[in-house]
Amino acid sequence: MNGIGREKNRPLAIYAVLYLAFLYVPVLFLPVFSFNDSIYISFPLKGLTTQWYASMIGNEPMLAALGNSIRVALATATISTLLGIFAAKAVTRYTMPGAKPVIATIMLPLVVPEIILGTALLIIIMQAGGTLSLLTVTLGHVLLCVPFAMAVLMSRFEGFDRSMEEASADLGENAWWTFWRVTVPMAMPGITASFLLCFTISFDEFIMAFFLGSTDPTLPVFMWNQLRFPQRLPGVLALGSCILLVSFFVIALAEYLRRRSSFNDDSAKVTLD
Amino acid sequence: MNTAAITSDAPRASAWRRLLMRSEALRGYLLLSPTLIVMFGIMVIPMIGMVVLSFWTQLAGTTFDTALTLKNYSDAFTREMYRILFVRSLGVSLLTTLFTVLLAYPVAYYVAFHVKRHKMVWIILMTLPFWTSYLLRVFAWKIILGYNGAINSGLISLGAISEPLTFLLYNPTAVVITLTHAWAAFAILPIYVSLEKIDRSLLEAATDLGDGPVARFFRIVLPLSLPGIIAASVLIFIPTVGDYVTPSLVGGTDGYMISNAIQFQFARGNNWPLGAALSLSSMVIVTAIVLTFVFAVRRATARIG
Repeated sequence: MNGIGREKNRPLAIYAVLYLAFLYVPVLFLPVFSFNDSIYISFPLKGLTTQWYASMIGNEPMLAALGNSIRVALATATISTLLGIFAAKAVTRYTMPGAKPVIATIMLPLVVPEIILGTALLIIIMQAGGTLSLLTVTLGHVLLCVPFAMAVLMSRFEGFDRSMEEASADLGENAWWTFWRVTVPMAMPGITASFLLCFTISFDEFIMAFFLGSTDPTLPVFMWNQLRFPQRLPGVLALGSCILLVSFFVIALAEYLRRRSSFNDDSAKVTLD
Repeated sequence: MNTAAITSDAPRASAWRRLLMRSEALRGYLLLSPTLIVMFGIMVIPMIGMVVLSFWTQLAGTTFDTALTLKNYSDAFTREMYRILFVRSLGVSLLTTLFTVLLAYPVAYYVAFHVKRHKMVWIILMTLPFWTSYLLRVFAWKIILGYNGAINSGLISLGAISEPLTFLLYNPTAVVITLTHAWAAFAILPIYVSLEKIDRSLLEAATDLGDGPVARFFRIVLPLSLPGIIAASVLIFIPTVGDYVTPSLVGGTDGYMISNAIQFQFARGNNWPLGAALSLSSMVIVTAIVLTFVFAVRRATARIG
């Protein structure tokens, strides 16, 4: 074995744990104060209450915003993952001249500030005489999600066992049915991971929804509007805590599926045998 | 080949089909075309639209004078307010990039070289918060740093201070702290990947040739992890310059950045062409800085190598 790594490095280990605390502790303040029996968000804590959670149940505007967010996120995840499948399959399966700049263009939204992508879309929508709605928000979210979907799916399609598809073709399936009956099932863990990832990105996204949305808000825009009213902050904290909890679960699941699918490529083959 | 049957009916379709079968590139692009068309429609065309609009002039309401003018760009670059905002945005982003990379590097190093089992658990733990609501993560800092926030009320109830500290929130420092927290994952991942790629036998060789741990780090590990550091810097610097949520929530008027000015022009300011010019100017400036940085680092490392 190599010399490095066998030696224990305690200060570094302590630093790593502190760094994890730096990542997680600030976020934990949201759930802590969401159970606090006071409309003021300050120490000392006044006592335990679940009233802020209870008040969410009858909050019609919030539930409407939640519905909007779920609809936008489902549409975004479906469209982005489909587009990601086509693109990832194309660039990993075929040798194409000029593929590199094309991939770079599709990945561009990763490195352009969202406010610029959002305002550019806003300009073109208004110039085309369109109206802002949940549909325009979905367009913005697809733009942000396609690069992530493509990246996740490319890692799945790389190192793909091509002989499966060839066998299918030899047995008389055409390319279209081979794609749907062999390629897609084999890529399923990657597809699920991409779907979950895109759903979460869309569900939590604020800037696009803020610029491209109408008066019918998604949940993050709804929360943004609530921030202006100090007396509604505890309610926002309760809502935020729920969102964080769900996001954590969904993303942990997506990460698990993605890591497993790209680190252990045999899993798909075993199930097909 | 089963195309023979089709040939008699539709020779043209068959020729098209044969071309498709023969040209791998064509089939690839055909499969890629839905994605390309969509991305063209929602990214490339809007960007072109934005460039065009930035040379127009806003008239009353939602109409524009389409005579081309450079007025918006001269406004963007000469008005003092925008110069302050540009400089502050760049400064905040540079500091954020620096702190994020400095803080994340030791952790990435630890996971790459010292964690033997459960590496993936570490990586997932450190990237997990990144995928959760950006708005909520930024908002958490408003709660922590606020006038009646967690730090102030905590210190007062402990008797450490009698008056709330006012320097915590609503300044560029608060923006830097919040952004450093929010963008951590973008530093950890690329640096970790580049450290993980380093051939461990190089380290053994250095040890055998008499290098201590410190010399070994500076002569082998750090130079070889440079691609990860560059990737992390670029991935953090570019989006943070245009960040809107953080300066709006924790920046206050002293911490406003260029995105606040852009948003204003598209909303109450109702001067879309100026907003477009500000957007594009900041993008051009950022791209220029990033290219200079990457080029300089490449030159410097090439000379050492």
